[in-house]
Amino acid sequence: MHPIELVSNLRNFLPPDSVLYETEDLKPYECDGLSAYRQIPMIVVIPQTEEEVIRILRICHASKTPVVARGAGTGLSGGALPHAKGVLLSLTKLKKILEVDPITRTARVQPGVRNLAISEFAMMHGLYYAPDPSSQIACSIGGNIAENSGGVHCLKYGLTVHNILKLRVITIEGECLEIGGTCLDTPGYDLLALITGSEGMLGIVTEVTVKLLPIPEKAQVVMAAFDDIQKAANAVANVIGAGIIPAGMEMMDKLATHAVEKYVHTGYNLEAEAILLCESDGTEEEVADEIQRINEIMKKNSAIDIKTSNNETERLKFWAGRKAAFPAAGRISPDYYCMDGTIPRRNLAHVLIGIEKLSVEYGLRCMNVFHAGDGNLHPLILYDANQPGELKRTEEFGAKILEMCIQVGGTITGEHGVGIEKINQMCSQFETKELEIFHAVKSAFDPDGLLNPGKAVPSLRRCAEHGAMHVHQNQEKFPDLPRF
Amino acid sequence: MYIRIKKNFRICLDFEKLTERIKANPKIKSMKNIIGQYISTIRAAAKCKTPLFICGGGSKDFYGNNINRDDHDILSAAAYTGIVDYDPTELVVTARAGTSLSDLEAELQKNNQMLGFEPPHFGPEATLGGCIASGLSGPRRSFVGAARDFVLGVRMLDGNGSNLHFGGQVMKNVAGYDISRLMTGSMGTLGLLLEVSIKVLPIPPIELTLRMQMKETAAIEKMNQWAGKPLPITATCFYENNLTLRLSGAESAVCAARTKLGGELISDGPAFWNVIREQTHTFFQSGSSLWRLSLKSNTPPLRLPGQQLIEWGGALRWLVCSSEDINTNENIVRSKSSLADGNATLFRSNWKSDSVFHPTGSQMTKIYQRIKQKFDPAGIFNPGRMYREL
Repeated sequence: MHPIELVSNLRNFLPPDSVLYETEDLKPYECDGLSAYRQIPMIVVIPQTEEEVIRILRICHASKTPVVARGAGTGLSGGALPHAKGVLLSLTKLKKILEVDPITRTARVQPGVRNLAISEFAMMHGLYYAPDPSSQIACSIGGNIAENSGGVHCLKYGLTVHNILKLRVITIEGECLEIGGTCLDTPGYDLLALITGSEGMLGIVTEVTVKLLPIPEKAQVVMAAFDDIQKAANAVANVIGAGIIPAGMEMMDKLATHAVEKYVHTGYNLEAEAILLCESDGTEEEVADEIQRINEIMKKNSAIDIKTSNNETERLKFWAGRKAAFPAAGRISPDYYCMDGTIPRRNLAHVLIGIEKLSVEYGLRCMNVFHAGDGNLHPLILYDANQPGELKRTEEFGAKILEMCIQVGGTITGEHGVGIEKINQMCSQFETKELEIFHAVKSAFDPDGLLNPGKAVPSLRRCAEHGAMHVHQNQEKFPDLPRF
Repeated sequence: MYIRIKKNFRICLDFEKLTERIKANPKIKSMKNIIGQYISTIRAAAKCKTPLFICGGGSKDFYGNNINRDDHDILSAAAYTGIVDYDPTELVVTARAGTSLSDLEAELQKNNQMLGFEPPHFGPEATLGGCIASGLSGPRRSFVGAARDFVLGVRMLDGNGSNLHFGGQVMKNVAGYDISRLMTGSMGTLGLLLEVSIKVLPIPPIELTLRMQMKETAAIEKMNQWAGKPLPITATCFYENNLTLRLSGAESAVCAARTKLGGELISDGPAFWNVIREQTHTFFQSGSSLWRLSLKSNTPPLRLPGQQLIEWGGALRWLVCSSEDINTNENIVRSKSSLADGNATLFRSNWKSDSVFHPTGSQMTKIYQRIKQKFDPAGIFNPGRMYREL
């Protein structure tokens, strides 16, 4: 269908400001949080109701027009990168909290509702929504479904897939599927799991029912410094081995500690090779008990410095440094490149030593901040895009890190998603027959391949190039959002 | 165990004898050989379009639609056993699907860990594969999560006999669609599970069981109310005007919660939760059919023919019926469950049904069929066991 005809069909039922096609109107939608990849879409459509979403999808389906869904646009893997000949479906106007039921501890919301807004709204009932991706003040719940977002607390409270009950999903054919239920089990295949983390490839979510949890009575954090990264890794293993599931367990290496200390002055021990933050939450009694045990474990593992937060201000101060790691990287280097591999925790020291060797080999600094509790690494390779060849070396370095993650039994992406960024690394992680199954699942929902084409799952022919998250001169798309 | 050699010609292999042979012959013992056997069985079945009845230990054979097994070849999944990888500090165990569930749990227990979803065994022969394929969870489910919540990765054979690996051994993994969870609860209709990686949890330092008398309406209200508070409740059961609760966690937290909640301390708590989990409680033994109703947790008491037992904070209601009028019962049970935003499964019955699971809409069936078709093009894996169309 000719773009003009498509616009006119869409304008039949949508107000003029909901169908954008002039270049200057399209420009703000050219990228998501991964600004290295940009593409102006053909048309941007901004529906306000589910009925409008259905009609838009029917038109796109009939005219074989690609559709890319977009939430708040904070994603870090280019999952919402527009299609040049497609419709960008912005779901930001579907932003009503439809119902909060304090008795069954559920909230029914539209996809454009911000993650944090759910918790803010539920707070009056003593409840909150657990997954807390670092961009939670801005990111939408629809986007969280698309990426299966995690956060600092996911070792204890799970990812998005563990915290949602029901979805209304519109297929590309414009049919509405009710997936899951407000009950705990539904018969049939687990399409709820299939849709979660599917990066907008299978359907468009128009309504989400999330689980809410009681707000913990108390939270306290232990900050421990180690003179050796292996000792810190052992401490992490010992905490888990002692039967403690911390609410959060984060690690930073020396380069990261130094970078953030200069920036936020948290009081981190600068002699340390690694800093560990270990949080406990729950009832007063539970937290007191766990904090004492965590302290003992840190001592046993020869921590050179241990501090426990005594109040909420102090707890937030300890966390501030960790949360400032990304902007701090931007202060000490013109550019940085963020990886998102996950590894079995026991290989932590091995992989970190491997990264250090690669760092020497490539002549590039790499600082490490990561979710130690679940083995999700965020190595930040520091480079200068203005130095000829440095970006290429960085990309090679990054690819080696991801290969190492796969080699030790890990994965190329723990939480940022594949999107367009890691599409090539998918070829390293999966074999052809496995990729074929992914394509088969895609075609079960979207036989014509119109939803978000070219993302998440590489075509079998594609497995060749490389991509990555580039941040130039610390110019992130949303520099004010914490990234951790 | 039957292996079809040629059409209409079967040889019967005593499974124990086969196991002995495997033990005696290290070559056969090789797990690779077992996979090789599975692959040839699957490819042969696909070629002749012979349906396969996937069977682990057989403890959950009762579950699912009634199918005529005489038309099927049995694919015994019990031979592929063993824990592949278990490092307690990783909180992850990877085991072959034929591994005995009891053996697996015993191994975890040695390290003070457990399967968080407390899966029912329904017999000593239960295997990990059957546990994941049926996707059933026990009393702890509404508080810590279901089987699907703990599955991190699977290795499987699809209908072409391809050996595929999805997910992994790490908690966070967003590479590719979540096939591991799709396999969980798929009743063996999409493929043969070979290996499963599962997140495990530490066994709580202490657990105690409290009981208090109250009416059903009050119990449902209380269960919902408490679930909204930061209390260490990990199981609830209401039966015959008694609400039984389990508290788990650090001693100080459990003791503080006990003081808050009141009630009588039950000394044989673990035994009680075990008879609920394994359905050896007298309630489950009465009647001729057992319905499993998954409902919104605050659904008021449902007036239905028969007796009820409530679990999962009100979200799971078991209904035992006598056989008088199974058709009327089915209509009432299904419609009342639908009205309560839920669904009903004919969990066990003396009466053979070919529609035990709650019907789904035609659009959903269409998607299911497309998925099934891609995983199992010849339609050989447990056809009809979940839905007739699959």
